[in-house]
Amino acid sequence: MKNRIIKWIDQRFPLTSFVKHELTGYPTPRNLSYWWNFGFLAGFVLMLQVATGIFLAMHYKADVALSFDSIQHIMRDVNYGWLLRFMHSTGASAFFLVIYIHMARTLYYGSYRAPRELMWWSGQGLLLLLMATAFMGYLLPWGQMSFWGATVITNLFRATPFIGEQVVIWLRGDYTVGDATLTRFFALHYLFPFLIIGAVVVHLVALHTVKSSNPSGIDLAAKDNIPFHPYFTIKDLYGLGIFLIVYCSFVFFLPNSLIEPANNIPANPMVTPNHIVPEWYFLPFYAILRSVPNMVGGVVAMGLSVMMFAFMPFLDRSCIPGGAQYRPVFRVQFYLFFLDMLVLGYIGYIPPTSQSILIGQVATLCYFGSFFLIPFISKAEERWLIKRGLPPDVEALIASEAREKSKLPQRRRREDIA
Amino acid sequence: MAESDTLGDLNRRNFLIKVTSVVGGAGAVAACLPFVASMNPSSDVLAKATTEFDLSGMNPGDMRTVAWQGKPVFILRRTQEQIKEMEASDGGLDPEPDQKRAKQPEWLVVVGVCTHMGCVPNKEGPGWTCHCHGSQYDDSGRVTRGPAPKNLEVPPYRFIAADKIIIGEA
Repeated sequence: MKNRIIKWIDQRFPLTSFVKHELTGYPTPRNLSYWWNFGFLAGFVLMLQVATGIFLAMHYKADVALSFDSIQHIMRDVNYGWLLRFMHSTGASAFFLVIYIHMARTLYYGSYRAPRELMWWSGQGLLLLLMATAFMGYLLPWGQMSFWGATVITNLFRATPFIGEQVVIWLRGDYTVGDATLTRFFALHYLFPFLIIGAVVVHLVALHTVKSSNPSGIDLAAKDNIPFHPYFTIKDLYGLGIFLIVYCSFVFFLPNSLIEPANNIPANPMVTPNHIVPEWYFLPFYAILRSVPNMVGGVVAMGLSVMMFAFMPFLDRSCIPGGAQYRPVFRVQFYLFFLDMLVLGYIGYIPPTSQSILIGQVATLCYFGSFFLIPFISKAEERWLIKRGLPPDVEALIASEAREKSKLPQRRRREDIA
Repeated sequence: MAESDTLGDLNRRNFLIKVTSVVGGAGAVAACLPFVASMNPSSDVLAKATTEFDLSGMNPGDMRTVAWQGKPVFILRRTQEQIKEMEASDGGLDPEPDQKRAKQPEWLVVVGVCTHMGCVPNKEGPGWTCHCHGSQYDDSGRVTRGPAPKNLEVPPYRFIAADKIIIGEA
């Protein structure tokens, strides 16, 4: 009976072949480490955010007079409302954590290089969508941080040439962040996750065209690929278990550690809190904004700092496989960049003093400097590595994979499909 | 047990896979429960579960409509003639003696929601008429003309004083 139903469907829709080709039999490099779990985890958190978000929206009211109280209603009156809300608020942080690790892995192993540029750029688009979604969602509780965060960020658009003021008023639908702003942010906060899902489909179609990168950075021949199921379904599920332990410890034991205390005060357009900070995942970019003394310059620098990653396929001119794995100089650069991000994050968190502003400016210079230096450093490093030679086992691996690929291209293609 | 034995033991593997799947599946189902529960009435809604109503000030023949759990409840103070007439018959389509429907013959308390499609019937002449589809009820709330299949529901209520009732608690 089951077979007959599947046969009936298969004659009308490529169910079996799709599942086999894209899911169960999808060829995956056998040497993937746990750093390759984070794409799946990002997809999982996306689903979690959509699910909790839809159920929260059933109880939330997007109205300046009602929204703060409706959050309290969710927390106190709705069955398990506290759980849904803490899952959603913690989920936002978890989403950024997972995405940042996913990006760090791509940077470390140089997975953004040909032929995976479109994966990297669709990922960059996803990051921007995620940031916009998180920012708009943050306004919805209508607390002090929500209100002033939205005020500051919408004010960034004052930097638009000639029509800055009008753009800000258009974005807000009001002279300040008000009821119109809240309602449209809610509408868009509900819409954007579906745009994200669409972009994820693009990301995955690109992935299934170019296939996963792997820690060696060498495109593996068919013999070194194994089917996704059961090898990587189980690996992803194990990673999911670890992720859920961390996630649930925050949801159940430290949910308020990720919520600024000032956001438990209803929004007051007449008083700004003494110390306003964005959520942790925006801190480095916020520090860059604060480091530039000129308003327009700061906005441009902050926008650029997010977009710099998109240039990586052009900036990195080295052809040595494996990213930081086999490139000692690039590895040092990677860790220095990571350290710089931490410094920027800390500077973004503390209230500005003349000393912290100076540190922030140095860190901002280092941030952009490390991107601008990559073309020169990567080229010089490539020359040096070619002269010095890669470790013999790497050379042997490259040679054997190349040999494997050169023989019987038709047969290899058949193996890839099978 | 050597590693090769462990890996080769298919029964052991199948057992582990089954147990893991059951635990994982149970966890996934359990994780769905809060989502389902969140759609049930929240505690502020549950707080509306009972309604108190003061009967003093109602004359024989008077009808009042009070909201109970958001639904209209008809409270009718019946005249002696109405009581006599209602106790004489068992109603029409859904026979039920009047004594079962009124705790005190003078007071009829029924949910004012037509048992057909949920409209609110109007008090017209003797009994009620529902204008959605033409059902009729007598002064005991019993259906006398279709399409309504059942008599008007009697909510749980009790007298907490001679002239005070609480609806929602039996």
